[in-house]
Amino acid sequence: MSPSVPLQEMIRAIRSARTQCEERGVIQRECAAIRAQFRQSDNGGRSHNLAKLLYVHMLGYPAHFGQMECVRMIASPRYSEKRVGYLGAMMLLDEKQDASLLITNSIKNDLSHSNQYVQSLALCTLACMGSAEMCRDLAPEIDRLLQSSNSYIKKKAALCAVHIVRKVQDLGELFVPAARSLLSEKNHGVLHGAVVLITQLCERNPETLKRFRKTVPDLVQIMKGLIISGYSPEHDVSGISDPFLQVRILRLLRILGRNSESASDAMNDLLAQVATNTDSTKTVGNAVLYETVLTVLDIKSESGLRVLAVNILGRFLLNSDRNIRYIAMTSLQKIVGTDHNAVQRHRGTIVDCLKDQDASVKRRALELSLALVSASNIRSMIKELLLFLSSCPPELKAQATSGIFIAAERYAPSKRWHIDTILHVLTTAGGDVRDETVPNLIHLITNASELHCYTVHKLYRALLTDISQQSLVQVACWCIGEYGDLLLKGECQETEPVQVSEDDVLDALETVLQSHMSSSATRGFALTATMKLSTRITDNVDRIRSIVSIYGSCIDVELQQRAVEYNALFKKYDHMRAAVLERMPLIEKNNSGNTNGEATRETLTETNSSKVAQEERVPPPPQQPAKQTYDLLDLLGGASEPLQQSPAAQTLPIITSSSAGGDLLDLLGGLEPTPAPVTPAPSATVYEKDGVTLTLSCEQQSDSSLAVTLTATNASQSDISGFTLQAAVPKSVQLNMNAPSRDSLPAQGAAQLTQLVMLNNPNKVNLKMRIRISYTRQGSAFQDMVQVDSLPGLGAAGHT
Amino acid sequence: MIHFLLLFSRQGKLRLQKWFTPLSELEKKKVIRDMTLMVLARPPRTSNFLQWRDLKIVYKRYASLYFCTGLEEKDNELLALEMIHRYVELLDKYFGNVCELDIIFNFEKAYFILDEFLMGGEILETSKFAVGGSVEEADTLQEVQEP
Repeated sequence: MSPSVPLQEMIRAIRSARTQCEERGVIQRECAAIRAQFRQSDNGGRSHNLAKLLYVHMLGYPAHFGQMECVRMIASPRYSEKRVGYLGAMMLLDEKQDASLLITNSIKNDLSHSNQYVQSLALCTLACMGSAEMCRDLAPEIDRLLQSSNSYIKKKAALCAVHIVRKVQDLGELFVPAARSLLSEKNHGVLHGAVVLITQLCERNPETLKRFRKTVPDLVQIMKGLIISGYSPEHDVSGISDPFLQVRILRLLRILGRNSESASDAMNDLLAQVATNTDSTKTVGNAVLYETVLTVLDIKSESGLRVLAVNILGRFLLNSDRNIRYIAMTSLQKIVGTDHNAVQRHRGTIVDCLKDQDASVKRRALELSLALVSASNIRSMIKELLLFLSSCPPELKAQATSGIFIAAERYAPSKRWHIDTILHVLTTAGGDVRDETVPNLIHLITNASELHCYTVHKLYRALLTDISQQSLVQVACWCIGEYGDLLLKGECQETEPVQVSEDDVLDALETVLQSHMSSSATRGFALTATMKLSTRITDNVDRIRSIVSIYGSCIDVELQQRAVEYNALFKKYDHMRAAVLERMPLIEKNNSGNTNGEATRETLTETNSSKVAQEERVPPPPQQPAKQTYDLLDLLGGASEPLQQSPAAQTLPIITSSSAGGDLLDLLGGLEPTPAPVTPAPSATVYEKDGVTLTLSCEQQSDSSLAVTLTATNASQSDISGFTLQAAVPKSVQLNMNAPSRDSLPAQGAAQLTQLVMLNNPNKVNLKMRIRISYTRQGSAFQDMVQVDSLPGLGAAGHT
Repeated sequence: MIHFLLLFSRQGKLRLQKWFTPLSELEKKKVIRDMTLMVLARPPRTSNFLQWRDLKIVYKRYASLYFCTGLEEKDNELLALEMIHRYVELLDKYFGNVCELDIIFNFEKAYFILDEFLMGGEILETSKFAVGGSVEEADTLQEVQEP
């Protein structure tokens, strides 16, 4: 083959250019020459010119002016020009270019050319860059070629048909009969093409899939022939006869056997044979085994075969070749949901792969390890994962931390372990955790009340060592603020006691406040914690006062606001400070609840909002059930009040629940705090029997909430004890009953019982109430029920 | 289905590019840049498989050339390694002890051989001899027709 000298000379010239600039110069000159040549009429060197242009194109330079030349060369009668022309078409033209339509006619003509090599050029180009229109035009031609007698053409036509089916799905029907008949060919190339074509047809059309299920016996026959055949030099690769064909047949069997008992049965024996007889010392054998395993796990195979497949994967995991380990883990990931126990057996090896050098292997091992965590192995798995976290590549850290948190939350054997684990993660990789971690951890800590002492000691120590991890510092500050008294007490059963003085604690908090590493949110946490400590420590309150007043002129607006408010708390409302800064109650975390109270509750533990500062100053009364807090936060969170009013709320003695409820009402109404819970409102008697009278009065609080007061009196001669009221309302209405003022009714109306019920009616439905009364009189229990269909003061419809 | 096959040198110079999906010039350049960066950054004794967008990338180094191909989710990576190896064997048979310079100076022949081995993103011919035979016959045809 005579070398195209001009081309090689040009390549040499370009390569010898020493700088990018020089190279550009050479190329520009050459391109100009090529363009000039293109404009001239036919000369002998056309193919060389186009080849030169293609080389330049590969280097990255623009070559679009060669597109028309490609079209011209394809139409040329000379084979050498056609060859380069088609090559140029595949490189420079794609279906998005307009010029590609121009070659449709040339391709059509060449498909019927007498010379098979010209035909093959056309087929190849069509399969590489044929657009949907071209495919539609030429599909019948391809179908004709599929039935020709020339194997060389048949195999190319088969893959061309594959491309057509990919581009235009409907044309699949056209090729079904031809594809079916191609399966009986002996030529491996044609057979391979036929299998690929059938795979495409079956993947796209479930109807076709059903029809091709009948070919499973034929495919099994072909496979058996390949496995037991003797050595064939043409197709042999390291002892395996035509592995490419074997793998494709296995893949087709997988698609055909999926969801079909009969088809799966027909291939069981074959798969077992392949799995046991294939030599797995070289990559090629492992490729076939891999495909076999994927097929076995995907079809409805019998359990023995499945076990065999998982064992093969287990063997792969121990293979010294990293590639094999990698794909073993990928496959195990796919089946860890369905064959969990089988995969668990290989847990040790998988965990070892966490320490592999290769980042891809590490990633797979991490995903698989997280999927294998269960209640029985949680401790050891998390230990391994934490070890991994300390040396893990940065791109995997976020995935690892969130995986560990989820696993810990699901299977934590004890609260202490859970807290320890989260703290460990925060110290190792605090920068890569998600934002919800801080409130989640705080929630966890508050709920583990027996561990408060332990937790605060641990966090204090962590704070002393390192203040760069923001999430950890935030949690530490919060805990020190809340449980500072436990820290100062010094003794703790779970860890060694350490003497911490008040100055030490304040030093630590001040370091956080002043450090440039602390974010604005963290400093907010630290300031609030310092403030809270003013009620938990005894000596250094002045120091706290000075810290707080310094930050009153801080540049950061958030900090400044907090400091000013805390200052006010010191100066004007010092008598309330203890109540305001009391310990937080147990937080009820409701994941599904969307009510206003829940939302505001969770913002308690989040930073970055001045509302937090406001809400923290409204401590819910300690012994109250959670519902009380709900009301409190709900009512106050919604209203935007100036600073003065909330301290006013704190003057309420938070001793009796009903008075608190009543005061809330007054607060919203903007009235001065009065202890009297019953405000003048229209009331109606709803129940009267045996001397027991129940009256009901309502007051509309806001657009959808209503306060109902129930008053019970006993006009009879005998005392009543254990008096309880229960209420039910329509479904969409929310109900909250406060505790009653007393639970006994002395005779002859000596005292009366009041109970406040809060109703929230967002859908404005017709308000009805059913009340059950139960009490004990003279040793016998009594129960009655009354239905109230319209509440007084609201009009007949029950809402205004 | 293979989406592309790239050959590039240790310095990141492209020696061959074959695309089996329609991409714009800009997208092709982006893919080439990403592949060269990713593959050349891999330390020596690591696996030959990578994940990139939604494709599996299989690469292998032969002397000074990296062969890099992008596969779909369902494709068999180990078989792709075998496919790359088969292509190298074909080149070796044709050029006789192939080296990078052969592919640089005779890039169009490398494409012709590739077109007899792969088509439309799938393997066309599984027999080594058949591929070599077809390319030789086509060359003969070209010579015969040459004036």
